[in-house]
Amino acid sequence: MTQGWFDEDAGPVVRPYAMTRGRTRVAGGERLDLIALVTALIGGGQELPPDATLPGGQGLAPEHGEILYRCRRVSESVAELATGLDLPVGVVRVLISDLLEAGLVRVSHPIPAAQLPDENILREVIDGLRAL
Amino acid sequence: MVSGPSDIATAAPDPLALKILVAGGFGVGKTTLVGSVSEIRSLQTEERLTEAGRPVDDTTGVAAKRTTTVAMDFGRITISDALVLYLFGTPGQERFWFLWDELAQGAIGAVVLADTRRLADSFAAIDFFESRGLPFAVGVNCFEGADRYPPEAVRAALDLDPDIPVVLCDARVRSSAREALVAVVEHALRRSAAARSAMT
Ligand SMILES: Nc1nc2c(ncn2[C@@H]2O[C@H](COP(=O)(O)OP(=O)(O)OP(=O)(O)O)[C@@H](O)[C@H]2O)c(=O)[nH]1
Ligand SMILES: [Mg+2]
Repeated sequence: MTQGWFDEDAGPVVRPYAMTRGRTRVAGGERLDLIALVTALIGGGQELPPDATLPGGQGLAPEHGEILYRCRRVSESVAELATGLDLPVGVVRVLISDLLEAGLVRVSHPIPAAQLPDENILREVIDGLRAL
Repeated sequence: MVSGPSDIATAAPDPLALKILVAGGFGVGKTTLVGSVSEIRSLQTEERLTEAGRPVDDTTGVAAKRTTTVAMDFGRITISDALVLYLFGTPGQERFWFLWDELAQGAIGAVVLADTRRLADSFAAIDFFESRGLPFAVGVNCFEGADRYPPEAVRAALDLDPDIPVVLCDARVRSSAREALVAVVEHALRRSAAARSAMT
């Protein structure tokens, strides 16, 4: 039971990093929060801009396209995109920052850590949970 | 037709994302609880560890062999168009506290699950949230074969402050898991109200 979630072997993480060309850091340097919400800046149902390129001049990888597709109607968090694409969070952070630089997504940051959510919002959460 | 930003399907304001953590010792029901109230998935994060189990700020890239994959439970509850609640559950051992540090940032609070047959397994998580001032509630999972204790006995055994909610729950039952989450949010709300009245 102790081994299921813990893996000393770095093997499986190596291939996904090929997709980010070995980059493990995000351009702006700031680490995207796990629950930062990503929204695609392309019209609903619209195809990917075929000529979209990343700031370095490279084209988009299929995984960039998948991120855009997933968050084109409903915003998805960094954590959700990672599970949806079945990729480690670090890789997804890099892919999202590529899209951010290319102006293809916007990212909304969660409430700053130092600040508790508003009491009305907490009441809404309670009501929402009770309605589950 | 003029086409502008308002044509974007997602022109509505971005929803607000909130999170609650689910902590506790091995096999105490974290995965079960998250799965009872949300569509559960496993989230892979990879962390670089030093000997001491702390992450290093390492700019040399993935080549570092000290990469460890940590999987945590992760679920989404859509409260409304404007509000999304995320749940994160991960083992509570101290060597993963660097992960908890990041997760605890900006969280509403935490549910610490406890099993009365091995209450000591929840000490680490309780210490962690107490020391960081994060609101938490203790959910006492009622396992078959475990003696039933009244919440007050568990509170005394865990040496909890009187305002910390202690709820008996069955993580397998949606309504029960939900009440454990509600207990945390209500506690956070009371705290926030108390802090506000202390300021005036
Ligand atoms: N009777 C009873 N059994 C439970 C309850 N919660 C979980 N279980 C059972 O306990 C076992 C372990 O539950 P998990 O949800 O996997 O526990 P966990 O905390 O995620 O375990 P690890 O991730 O391995 O630390 C499973 O067989 C569950 O069905 C509960 O509230 N009551
Ligand atoms: Mg589990």
